[in-house]
Amino acid sequence: MTADGYNFGYLDEQTKRMIRRAILKGVAIPGYQVPFGSREMPLPYGWGTGGIQITAAVIGPGDTLKVIDQGADDTTNAVSIRNFFVRMCDVATTERTAEASIIQTRHRIPERKLAPGQILVYQVPIPEPLRWLEPRETETRKMHALREYGVMHVKLYEDISVKGRVSTAYDYPVLVNGRYIMRPSPIPKFDTPKMHRMAALQLFGAGREKRIYAVPPYTDVVPLDFEDHPFTIETWDQACALCGATTSFLDEVILDDRGRRMFVCSDTDFCQERREAGHRGDGGPNPLEEAAE
Amino acid sequence: MYVATKGGEQAIANAHALLAEDRRGDPTVPEITPAQIREQLRLGIDRVMAEGSLYDPDLAALALKQARGDQVEAIFLLRAYRTTLPRLGYSEPVATPEMRVHRRISATFKEIAGGQILGPTFDYTQRLLDPSLAETGEIADAPAAGQGVAHPLPRVADTIGREGLLEPDAAEQDDGPIADLTREPLRFPADRAMRLQALARGDEGFLLSMGYSTQRGYARNHPFAGEIRMGEVAVEMVAPELGFAIDIADICVTECDMVNQFKGSKTELPQFTRGYGLVFGYGERKAMAMALVDRSLRAEELGEEITAPPQDPEFVLYHCDNVEASGFVQHLKLPHHVDFQSELHVVRGMRAEAEKALAESPFKEAAE
Amino acid sequence: MTDDPVLTVTGLAKAYGRRVACRDVSFELWPGEVLAVVGESGSGKTTLLNCLGGLVPPDAGRVRFRRRSGEVIDLVAASEALRRAILRAEWGFVRQNPRDGLRFGVSAGANVGEPLMAIGGRHYGHIRGSASEWLDAVEIDPARMDDLPSSFSGGMQQRLQIARNLVTHPAIVLMDEPTGGLDVSVQARLLDLIRRLVREAGVAAIVVTHDLGVARLLADRMLVMRQGCVVEAGLTDQLLDDPQHAYTQLLVSSVLTV
Repeated sequence: MTADGYNFGYLDEQTKRMIRRAILKGVAIPGYQVPFGSREMPLPYGWGTGGIQITAAVIGPGDTLKVIDQGADDTTNAVSIRNFFVRMCDVATTERTAEASIIQTRHRIPERKLAPGQILVYQVPIPEPLRWLEPRETETRKMHALREYGVMHVKLYEDISVKGRVSTAYDYPVLVNGRYIMRPSPIPKFDTPKMHRMAALQLFGAGREKRIYAVPPYTDVVPLDFEDHPFTIETWDQACALCGATTSFLDEVILDDRGRRMFVCSDTDFCQERREAGHRGDGGPNPLEEAAE
Repeated sequence: MYVATKGGEQAIANAHALLAEDRRGDPTVPEITPAQIREQLRLGIDRVMAEGSLYDPDLAALALKQARGDQVEAIFLLRAYRTTLPRLGYSEPVATPEMRVHRRISATFKEIAGGQILGPTFDYTQRLLDPSLAETGEIADAPAAGQGVAHPLPRVADTIGREGLLEPDAAEQDDGPIADLTREPLRFPADRAMRLQALARGDEGFLLSMGYSTQRGYARNHPFAGEIRMGEVAVEMVAPELGFAIDIADICVTECDMVNQFKGSKTELPQFTRGYGLVFGYGERKAMAMALVDRSLRAEELGEEITAPPQDPEFVLYHCDNVEASGFVQHLKLPHHVDFQSELHVVRGMRAEAEKALAESPFKEAAE
Repeated sequence: MTDDPVLTVTGLAKAYGRRVACRDVSFELWPGEVLAVVGESGSGKTTLLNCLGGLVPPDAGRVRFRRRSGEVIDLVAASEALRRAILRAEWGFVRQNPRDGLRFGVSAGANVGEPLMAIGGRHYGHIRGSASEWLDAVEIDPARMDDLPSSFSGGMQQRLQIARNLVTHPAIVLMDEPTGGLDVSVQARLLDLIRRLVREAGVAAIVVTHDLGVARLLADRMLVMRQGCVVEAGLTDQLLDDPQHAYTQLLVSSVLTV
């Protein structure tokens, strides 16, 4: 029994079934946005209600949940969502990527390669990749249906010719399974290649916009680009100041008002694991000692 | 010295404790009860019920107390609670001609059958602050509500309608199945039933401004307040075991029938068209705004030129819900530092290239 | 090959409520041929063009188009997906108002490059190269390819539209009053350009105009429309020199007496 007399996962069973049907349809048509009867949740629209509804629909008592925001488990909204599920499902939670059966995320994909059987649930603010080019839903649905995607490359072309490079830094549009163009939610470009043929199931929920979509395991996910201007990801000159990693996405941390800064892993679990394994960066004090105080 | 920030959990708990303390305010002032809110801030309750899409004055009062008087927050609380309620079935359409009327006016005719009934209105009050309300005390006796009011009162629209001057009620025109906005996503083109559902729970301020703009000349369409009525209607539901409708509740609603000019077309005689508004509780401003916007959204159906946002169903319906709008606007408070980091990369890269180009520019010296 | 028409229109009709805009319009168009459709406003010529261009669904009739592959498709009966794909890849449509035919939010180069990207072009350098060549062909300095169309004059915007529509080497180009709203001197230059490009590209064109002078300069053949019907059709010179139908005679004489 869960808190306050609410049903397991907050949603009633009928609603969960409706969401599961939408998920199944999404899995059957990778990258296609399935409209669903999104419900008002006790957290605000825009704060992860789509992801929360998906998690609520797929979670069971045996699951272990991890929730991250900006890569970290202890950011306020991640804490809030995790608490919600503890209260509504009484499930086990973890900060360890490897131990989680469901990972709900906002803005990042964990650095550790996900395994078969894991589910990655993305919170999506705006699901429609064509939205900035065509505001009308009636028209964008037709463009998807008829695969009229030329205008997506017009945006890339214009970026290169006017700004010298593609200026889209996050939520970079991708082609899924050679058919639908999809927004991967506002993850940095750095994470986009991780989606390609990922072993885990990727589910995307947009609560306010009432859309669910999915990328089944081992599906092709290819960022849009030109042959002579291939897709690139961010790189850093520095290593993580805490764990010395050179392959992870780094957060820039401002240290003082004189512009001094350092770079640390955005994925806190990844960083922690490396430090536990004895890796050290050179930019900061030993955080384990600090934390132990 | 740098330590990765921990303790989001503790910070949240502390913030919520502060919220509870602030909500209570000065402890020497007696605590307000939901019953007081329900009885004395009734119009606030009505709006929360209307836009929260749940008719329950006690829960609305609780929500308003919990939200510290913030109506949009209270609406959100009610909506979130509503999600957990099982859907047992659908009621019969409420019969507003059968309404027990507390207020009923028409601007289109001087005299109407049954009379103009002002009821408990702010209209014609002079908006002077009343110091006597700062004290507690007795109020003068009012005539009993509904006293001397005929029942049932015919609708004004039915009077004009008899001559064929007014288009028939939409309910008489269409017998198709009616979608449920609270169970299904909005899809376009959205039929009128779906549009009205969205408007009924739409933000009053948004609809007020949209409706107002049509009066000022955007999507111009001259309206008359055909009838506004407020009072109690019976909610009836057919119980499958019984096979007939039974009365399950009486609720207060406000209904507005707006009558608009229509020039006629090649295939239609000139006649008046209508815009319709219906909201929970006593919400006259909202019902009128809703009727204006309902009418402007019929532009395409009536073959009118589409020139302004109030005629655009995607624009109006996607943006009228304040729970959606409030959440998305306020989500900008959430951390976005990963996205910002990616943007920093792009901007730094572009600046580096631009600086290099500038350094190599033949105009460099002239510029200096 | 050229013995077969590229387009065969039969019995095309369109009404708006009780007002008939087009009735029983039939004609053929051969590869490389320029056909002018003339008539006063309200004669149905623009409705005809919009039906052909997929902007308006006709009520009746067939529009049979011979594809590059030789396959003949009735565009009216075809699925929307196929119709839009064909119109995108093998047709062009120069609109009367450049705002309808161009994207004003992106550069001239992107406007010309878009049709190439829409049919699968994925090499930035090649797309840019083609755009540059076509801007040059329509007498726009390729150095301005990164400028927005709003910075161009009306005549340049129309030429940009023409480049955008010819870049995919279509079989048919529709033009709706392509010189409408332009100064007379600009018109003459544009007509000259259109005539040259259409000849060089070997593209068939249907030009809707109320201006018999435009028809005389551009067209091999003409259709004269009145009240939704084709009242006369024939070779341009013949038709203008020796009009048979009373309405055509009126049109021709009204121009000559001016």
